[in-house]
Amino acid sequence: MTALVFAEPHGDSVADATLAAVTAASQLGGDVHVLVAGSDAAGQAHAGIAGVSKVLVASDDAYAHGLAENLAPLIAGLADGYDAVLAPATTTGKNVLPRVAAMLDVMQVSDIINVEGPKTFKRPIYAGNAIATVESSDPKLVITVRTTTFEKAAAEGGSASVETVAGPGSAGSSEFVGLDAVKSDRPELTSAKIIVSGGRALKDGETFEQVITPLADKLGAAIGASRAAVDAGYVPNDYQVGQTGKIVAPEVYIAIGISGAIQHLAGMKDSKTIVAINKDPDAPIFQVADVGLVGDLFTVVPELTSKL
Amino acid sequence: MKILVPVKRVIDYNVKPRVKADGSGVDLANVKMSMNPFDEIAVEEALRLRESGAATEVIAVSVGPAKAQETLRTALAMGADRAILVETEDAVEPLAVAKILKAIAAEEEPGIVMLGKQAIDDDSNQTGQMLAALMDRPQGTFASKVAIEGDHVSVTREVDGGLETVKLALPAVVTTDLRLNEPRYASLPNIMKAKSKPLAMKTPADYGVDTAPRITTTHVAEPPVRQAGEIVADVDALVAKLKALGVA
Repeated sequence: MTALVFAEPHGDSVADATLAAVTAASQLGGDVHVLVAGSDAAGQAHAGIAGVSKVLVASDDAYAHGLAENLAPLIAGLADGYDAVLAPATTTGKNVLPRVAAMLDVMQVSDIINVEGPKTFKRPIYAGNAIATVESSDPKLVITVRTTTFEKAAAEGGSASVETVAGPGSAGSSEFVGLDAVKSDRPELTSAKIIVSGGRALKDGETFEQVITPLADKLGAAIGASRAAVDAGYVPNDYQVGQTGKIVAPEVYIAIGISGAIQHLAGMKDSKTIVAINKDPDAPIFQVADVGLVGDLFTVVPELTSKL
Repeated sequence: MKILVPVKRVIDYNVKPRVKADGSGVDLANVKMSMNPFDEIAVEEALRLRESGAATEVIAVSVGPAKAQETLRTALAMGADRAILVETEDAVEPLAVAKILKAIAAEEEPGIVMLGKQAIDDDSNQTGQMLAALMDRPQGTFASKVAIEGDHVSVTREVDGGLETVKLALPAVVTTDLRLNEPRYASLPNIMKAKSKPLAMKTPADYGVDTAPRITTTHVAEPPVRQAGEIVADVDALVAKLKALGVA
């Protein structure tokens, strides 16, 4: 049994999401190799991951921007030598891996949260309202990994060999035009230790900023939002926490003016501690919160910010 | 240019799914079913492209039980021109759905196949990508903006780090994210009109696709329940709690 993990490097360094996928791959019980579509320096960085025995580096420009049309043939071509191909369930992994699976005529197992056996996994369905145990009958496994539920492998201490691989290069049917990156000094939502999240009760974008940002600044927290707040246009979609947005599991999640719709809970209920502030004592968020405060967020949150 | 819009009949997104006591699955008996919300966005986007003159015909297709006709009638009532139901009472996995869609695309030759990024029942997020692979055509997943530019389509994608734009040669597969548009409601006259629009009935065998599942679900369970904690009286008590957690 040998597993190949498709890594999504952060520039020249290792992403936390990759470390979680490596842990899932190790649990399959065999050797773990990592494919880095990026620079040689990124390849060297991945060679240090504990438990990884080989790193494959594909440094062709065609693989630089995560274009599935170019990456999928590369990965499918390498898959011959592997029993399993895994990727973190990031937007890149979710984009590329099903394309690989179809090329291999394999039914992908998406978003696993636990490895139960060599071909048996647990995965959430219905927005996390049910957990399915599934068993694959395909000769090869193609898997995406929910990164918040696996411990991160140690980024250092390993000494994998590094090998250069070449693939078919550009498929010529797609072109990367640009990335409008969110520029922020804040920690990234999916890796933040603390998240302050706002809901529709924040009224508008300006109020959201005035109430949520000072508290997040004080705590060094990432800022999230419910789908309702995103739909109402208070904040961009990449703030969205939930079934249809990001899945997060910080140490502390502070939900402000969020009622706790099923689809929101699906994205944050694995948080270690949930704190809820809401004026409605019957809001469903209080049923999952470890600490709740019933009150008007427009007075409570500024007071909280000033007292921390 | 035709646009093919695959739609799926799923549990209504406002309904809380209940796991069956025997762990065999989720109870769908007497539960309100609707069109997958992401697919509704795909129908809307296809209609807008037709209304702007970029597309000529919108064809809705579903792979599912006889009752999925209702879902297709909804698409027709929104404004799709005609529909195809590939009828099967079995649960069909994304890979097999993609194979059926590939066969339909080979017949219909759409410029764009537009579908939801994931269905809210199995949350697989695979069908569009798999279809693009089988067709050997480019894919624009998680789209928040779609613009036809001659023989290309420009797709702005919701990615983890922000918004990414890619340019794809047509024909292409586009999967929709939430912010792409706000789907219209079907008006009563249009619901009436939809009843007489053409709806072709097919089966997976018509397309030579084997729908036998590759993945077996052995058990379905309720997720671990979080216990409600403590309601604190005021901000000072909350501050004390946060300090105890080492937050401040």
